Amino acid sequence: MTWLSPILLLVVTWLAIFLQTGLMPLRELLGAPPNLVPALVVYAAFTHGLGLVTVLTLTAGLWIDALSGSRLGTGVAPLFGLGFLLNTRQHLLLREQRYAQFWLGFAGGLGVPLAHAGILQLGADEPALGWFTVRQLLSLGLLNGLACPAIFLLFDRLRAVFEYQPSGPGPYMSNREMKRGRH
Amino acid sequence: MFKRSHYFALGTCTFLLLVLLNLPAPASARLKLAVGGFFLPLFGLASSAHSFVDEASYQLLPRQTLIREVRRLEAENNQLRLQSAQGSDAIAENDRIRNQLGLLPRGTWKPRPARIVGRDPSTWWRTLLIDHGTRDGARLNQPVITAEGLVGRIAVVGHSHSQVALIGDSACGVAVLVVETRDQGIVKGPQSTVESGIVELSTFQHSPQILAGHTVVTSGDGGIFPKGLPVGRIIDTRSASAGLFTTARIRLGANLNRLEEVWVLEQ
Repeated sequence: MTWLSPILLLVVTWLAIFLQTGLMPLRELLGAPPNLVPALVVYAAFTHGLGLVTVLTLTAGLWIDALSGSRLGTGVAPLFGLGFLLNTRQHLLLREQRYAQFWLGFAGGLGVPLAHAGILQLGADEPALGWFTVRQLLSLGLLNGLACPAIFLLFDRLRAVFEYQPSGPGPYMSNREMKRGRH
Repeated sequence: MFKRSHYFALGTCTFLLLVLLNLPAPASARLKLAVGGFFLPLFGLASSAHSFVDEASYQLLPRQTLIREVRRLEAENNQLRLQSAQGSDAIAENDRIRNQLGLLPRGTWKPRPARIVGRDPSTWWRTLLIDHGTRDGARLNQPVITAEGLVGRIAVVGHSHSQVALIGDSACGVAVLVVETRDQGIVKGPQSTVESGIVELSTFQHSPQILAGHTVVTSGDGGIFPKGLPVGRIIDTRSASAGLFTTARIRLGANLNRLEEVWVLEQ
């Protein structure tokens, strides 16, 4: 049932983007829409292959752009950049520890909107930027930082329930095993 | 070093981005609507849930409260009918005078109700999604208002939903007029404040007579918004560009954070 986790990840991303268009109290508290997609991309980059990371970042970026005033495609590059970077450098990064997950989520939550604003500024668009942007970015970083360990915990539990687990060491010791063939 | 799969993913993504960013505007808008269609079931579900909660709350309301509300609405309705009759007289008189002067008659606007189904999921724009599309008669650039004042204009039209660029967004410039001084100016984003209830007005000349509390309405220039729609009230003013222009902050009449229903004006 290895297909379940990618599908679940895409469905949760879809729901997260839908919730991003509402949740007014949280939006007012943060001063920005509660964007949890960077935290989901961090999780996907560490636990799945680059294929799923590419599909997830493409669909999530396009979905966000389709519902927002952004030009279609501008939201994809920052998400893909984050996913690609973490996926290709995952052997160098801590990921089991909760504090590591927090800081990765924080960096993603802060970096993705910042890169998106940079891309929009390069084009002819005029995004709303000012001193308030610093507060918005920090809020989004904190939100994703807090959400990232929760996402790791939740998805790892779901994977443990629905997917086949690797079998542990058997009752026989390997040094007692009879080896066949030439050694 | 990168594996072949890394180059493949990078190449695919770059290619798709280049294609998307170089699409002509109409094709991009159509694709945007198609991609946004993925969320229509959720928006439909949210609207149904909202209606269900409304219905349930009506069922739970005590009869006494409902009777009191009906009486209040009847009184308000009578008062509005009276005002409407007086207004009709004034409109007829205005039309006669315009006819005598050889001026074109003013167009009439029909308000159509629409419900807010979502807000912009991005940090950088002020837009809304409403459940009013081409099937309901929505057209590009139609003004969107509430009883309290102007909200914005329709920026993207879909079959069942539309995107509204709110006043203060860079996609919604509004030509306005200060009622007390007749000074004209423009309200256009992006705004320098995160507060959606405040926008900035730039006048076309230095206008020191504009004061806090003055009323701002649409001027009718630009052809999108009809003249006289209430926008808000001046909070404060300051000189800009070495005294050549005046910049004023306006508190909008419509509370953009608390919107649930709006009216789309159709001509």
